[in-house]
Amino acid sequence: MSKFSRRQVLQGAAATGAALSTPMVLNAASHGYTNDPTKSGKLVFGFNVPQTGPYSEEGKDELRAYELAVEHINGEGDGGMLNTMTVNGEGPALKGNGVLGMKLNYVTGDTQTKSDAARASARKMIENEGVIMFSGGSSSGVAIAVQGLAQEKKVVFMCGLTHSNDTTGKDRKRYGFRHFFNAHMSGAALAPVLKNAMGGERRAYHLTADYTWGWSQEESIKNSTEALGWETVNAVRTPLKTSDFSSFLTPVLNSGADVLVLNHYGKNMVDSLTQAVQLGMRDKMVNGKQLQIVVPLYSRLMAQGAGENVKGIYGSTGWSWQLTDAGSQAFVKSFGTKYGFPPSQAAHTCYVQTLLYANACELAGTFDPAAVIPTLEGMDFDGMGNGPVHYRAEDHQCFKDVLVVKGKDNPSSNFDLLEIVEVTPRAQVEYDTNLYAGDLGPI
Amino acid sequence: MRSTDYLMILIFAAVMLTMPLWGPLIDAGYPDIMQRFAVFGLIAVGFNLLFGLTGYLSFGHAAFLGVGSYTAVWSFKLFTMDVIPAIIASTIMGGVVALILGFVALRRSGIYFSILTLAFAQMMYSLAYSVLTPLTNGETGLQLALDDPRIIDRAMGINPESGLPSTSFLGFGVTSGDNNLLGYWICAVIAILGFYIALRINRSSFGIMLRGIKSNQTRMSYTGLSARPYLITVFVISGMYAGLAGGLLAAVDPLAGAERMYWTASGEIVLMTILGGVGTMFGPILGAGIIKWLEAKLSTFNESVVEHALAFLPDSIEHSISVVVSKFVGEGWHLSLGIIFMLIVIFLPGGVMEGLQRLTRLVGFGKKHSQGDAAVRAPAE
Amino acid sequence: MDAIILQFLNGVDKGAAYALIALGLTLIFGTLGVVNFAHGALFMLGAFCAVTTNTLLTLSQKVKDPSITFFEAYIDQPYLVTWYGDFGQTIINWSVPISLLLAIPVMFLIGTALERGLIRHFYNRPHADQILVTFGLAIVLGEIARTFYGANPLPQPTPEFFRGQVPIGAPFGLDISYPAWRLMYFVVGIAVMFGVFALLQFTRFGMVVRAGMQDRSMVQLLGINIQARFTLIFGLAAAIAGIAGALYTPTLPPNYEMGMEFLVISFVVVVVGGMGSLGGAVLAGFMLGVLEAIVALPAISDIIPGINQVIIYAVAVVVLLTRPRGLMGRKGVMED
Repeated sequence: MSKFSRRQVLQGAAATGAALSTPMVLNAASHGYTNDPTKSGKLVFGFNVPQTGPYSEEGKDELRAYELAVEHINGEGDGGMLNTMTVNGEGPALKGNGVLGMKLNYVTGDTQTKSDAARASARKMIENEGVIMFSGGSSSGVAIAVQGLAQEKKVVFMCGLTHSNDTTGKDRKRYGFRHFFNAHMSGAALAPVLKNAMGGERRAYHLTADYTWGWSQEESIKNSTEALGWETVNAVRTPLKTSDFSSFLTPVLNSGADVLVLNHYGKNMVDSLTQAVQLGMRDKMVNGKQLQIVVPLYSRLMAQGAGENVKGIYGSTGWSWQLTDAGSQAFVKSFGTKYGFPPSQAAHTCYVQTLLYANACELAGTFDPAAVIPTLEGMDFDGMGNGPVHYRAEDHQCFKDVLVVKGKDNPSSNFDLLEIVEVTPRAQVEYDTNLYAGDLGPI
Repeated sequence: MRSTDYLMILIFAAVMLTMPLWGPLIDAGYPDIMQRFAVFGLIAVGFNLLFGLTGYLSFGHAAFLGVGSYTAVWSFKLFTMDVIPAIIASTIMGGVVALILGFVALRRSGIYFSILTLAFAQMMYSLAYSVLTPLTNGETGLQLALDDPRIIDRAMGINPESGLPSTSFLGFGVTSGDNNLLGYWICAVIAILGFYIALRINRSSFGIMLRGIKSNQTRMSYTGLSARPYLITVFVISGMYAGLAGGLLAAVDPLAGAERMYWTASGEIVLMTILGGVGTMFGPILGAGIIKWLEAKLSTFNESVVEHALAFLPDSIEHSISVVVSKFVGEGWHLSLGIIFMLIVIFLPGGVMEGLQRLTRLVGFGKKHSQGDAAVRAPAE
Repeated sequence: MDAIILQFLNGVDKGAAYALIALGLTLIFGTLGVVNFAHGALFMLGAFCAVTTNTLLTLSQKVKDPSITFFEAYIDQPYLVTWYGDFGQTIINWSVPISLLLAIPVMFLIGTALERGLIRHFYNRPHADQILVTFGLAIVLGEIARTFYGANPLPQPTPEFFRGQVPIGAPFGLDISYPAWRLMYFVVGIAVMFGVFALLQFTRFGMVVRAGMQDRSMVQLLGINIQARFTLIFGLAAAIAGIAGALYTPTLPPNYEMGMEFLVISFVVVVVGGMGSLGGAVLAGFMLGVLEAIVALPAISDIIPGINQVIIYAVAVVVLLTRPRGLMGRKGVMED
């Protein structure tokens, strides 16, 4: 290549670069915070959920809840929880005319239940669609990955379904907030119930989905059951992509364990439970006791997937449409009227998160995260299911009642698969901020 | 190099360097997607060196991409947040892994080679996904952490005030700030360099040798030439391109996940190359651009977007059309991709580039053009 | 010891699935000379035949659900139950075996249609093109299944009759029992394999096909329409994949991606067994299935963690490098 053209190329590059970077600098200087809606004239939330991949059914239900929340915030529909929620003892600041007088719009994205794709989709929302807040999830791996992005880009991320301790533990972020409960709370709520139902001398065998959620779920259940006298025989990690669990399940039969804990969620749980039942585990007697199966994190959608295999199996869940408080009923009613079936726990947490964020903007009187984040931190609210809830400032984790459920023996419908065994009060699942230490980072 | 080759590089450089200006016209003016165009263009160019010139169809290229990403993130974690050492290291690692894999896989040809690369890549994926979790952080993906050593940065006293550090290029932040284009400029300049090198290889005697392997390996060996060293060399070069691309992906977004090594990710690289036009210079880049653009656009069309776009139609027609259309967009965009790909393979084996050539020939001034882009597509093997 | 035997049985069961898919793949290789990346998708379609059968049998009317009071909710009551009561329930319970009535003809038709409409035009194109077009086809078939049935796995009922455990260890004085359905799958798998061997070995049709595998142009010169036979072979391979898929559903709730999961492994099986060798495919299928299961034993996987996930690929690489034609491969297949 001749000198001439090479120089030309370089000159061209330099000139274009200079021309382009000038407006960018001005742009950045004039910005108070990322994607200020009052500057662009458009208020946009981003809903980044798995529409494909193993958690896609949860993702679709989350999307329904987001659409409903946007409707209610814009003053359409019956208002749902806006009629029942109270924040710091007062009614909602939202007036049903959007947020701070601006009509709320939204964009959606597909995380494919993969960290890579989720971040790409979130970056697109922030860089191209100008979202002021984004929300979503269904996998802790994904939630943690995009939460890091939220911190970097300084855009608030309201976590959807993510249950790992790390999300608000070692990977907590100033720009990330979680309403959903976590593995630690599951363990704390579940262990006493399990002890009552199965006795204090049990030997547990864990099969664990091999990623952040599985690890923290396994650790929490282990700690809380061992504290009550159980013994852990073995804990085996299974890759998230596994669909045939039989080679992991057969060793359980010869291990002398009499409880099988499936730290699996979504498709994993449906597969492993189906195969465990097929291998005859539920009829097996070990150490003179009936072999029992436990699924620490349950959802109604999973129960539907696993069909009659869930009968009598214990687990915990964040929320159920069968709760009878006013907030839950208002939400179930507007969701059911719109879609013809009751919402899942994932839908609930996403709906609540959207309302909470919008309400916090209204309270703060601005969309500036520097003011909205402190408003959310330490917020107390009620009337949104699960009793009074506290958003802890130190780690952005919500504390609320946790449900322990059991697969129903005689379900009256497709939605009535789980019965609530116990509502574990908030005090019992609270823990010290520094138990899972982390650093929120700056605003 | 012919004079038309200079023209090609100039055209390519101009297109890449002005993308922030014309990108917004196709709703692609933001850093993330432009970086993707450049990075996947680069990997497709590298893949095309192997497949286009020698006809060896590798179904394992995503493995090198993943290795590159992991290497780059480890470089950030252990040494410095500067991207230069990271992308150099990832290019080298891509080449090293390609050398090992190529040494084994290139003992066979044809379909056996494809399946060997596929098996190797799947093995590496499984390793990254679960076996080597301490190195790769498994499903969660390798990410930066507060307590990373970052030896060089700390020795030089560079430390973020609080929170996680972000990648930098000679002290300038690559990702920090609002709409920062530095990450894109890095990717674009490297893509242009990669394109230039690929063109040089194409025109060199080495490139001619590779074409000889494609057209008749047996005849080549009768003349006393062993094809193997040439094949291994081009395989390593191609792996270095992929490793470099993986390093760039990590440079603009410091995260590496096993997902980008799964065999369908390798399939996507194949798709890009074929879609654009295998064996041509511009084709693979065009294919990468088309697929990444479709991925960003089609996958976000939800039903309300479709209905909005069809609002001018009467309600009943609008509804039925939107029901059909929504099967092909949003979560169903892979269906569109699969169908387009099949149609291309069946009717237009030379990809979009062949389509463009046919079109220009149809209009009547194609002869002049065909010389510039030596679009010799010959069957593989 | 018990653990090893159980794990061996798991391996044999999975090996049966591998072998059935690989059998079809290698049939297509051997006869048509086509590398079919869509074969996993055919397995997946077979599984969805079972889902379709179940859906048809459980066509339901809406009955008001009294348990939900917040809004109008309905539950589905299958017509079969409304009409026949418990007998209807039993039919639904047997939906997976019944689905074979649908899966075999439908998959056979899909196979022949694919051969006539698509694959035939690729006989003279390079292998790379065959791989590419069938890879595209695999994506499309998977996405079509997703369009109709969503992305979630759809569990299928195990017939009540097969739900229990069979104490197969009893004759040897061992306390080992194994799920009846999985044993049934193995038995059916073996039967299908024998059927295919018998068809090729002892019938006129099989004789012509075998001759065609040896020398296609010679057979054509003899005035035999080998093309028509090959179309049938593709249909047969698709039907085998269909049976394998449909009967696998009670073990593994199907979803649209299962084809891709099985495809890579079944390719490895074919290559290890030797391209175009039916016996090799069956042998390698069982061998790799068992190997994969055995190394998952805690005793082994504790020493080398994750070995069960890479063992198959490692074996494939070693076999291909030491025995380039696989365990039982013939000379001259796919080596052009």
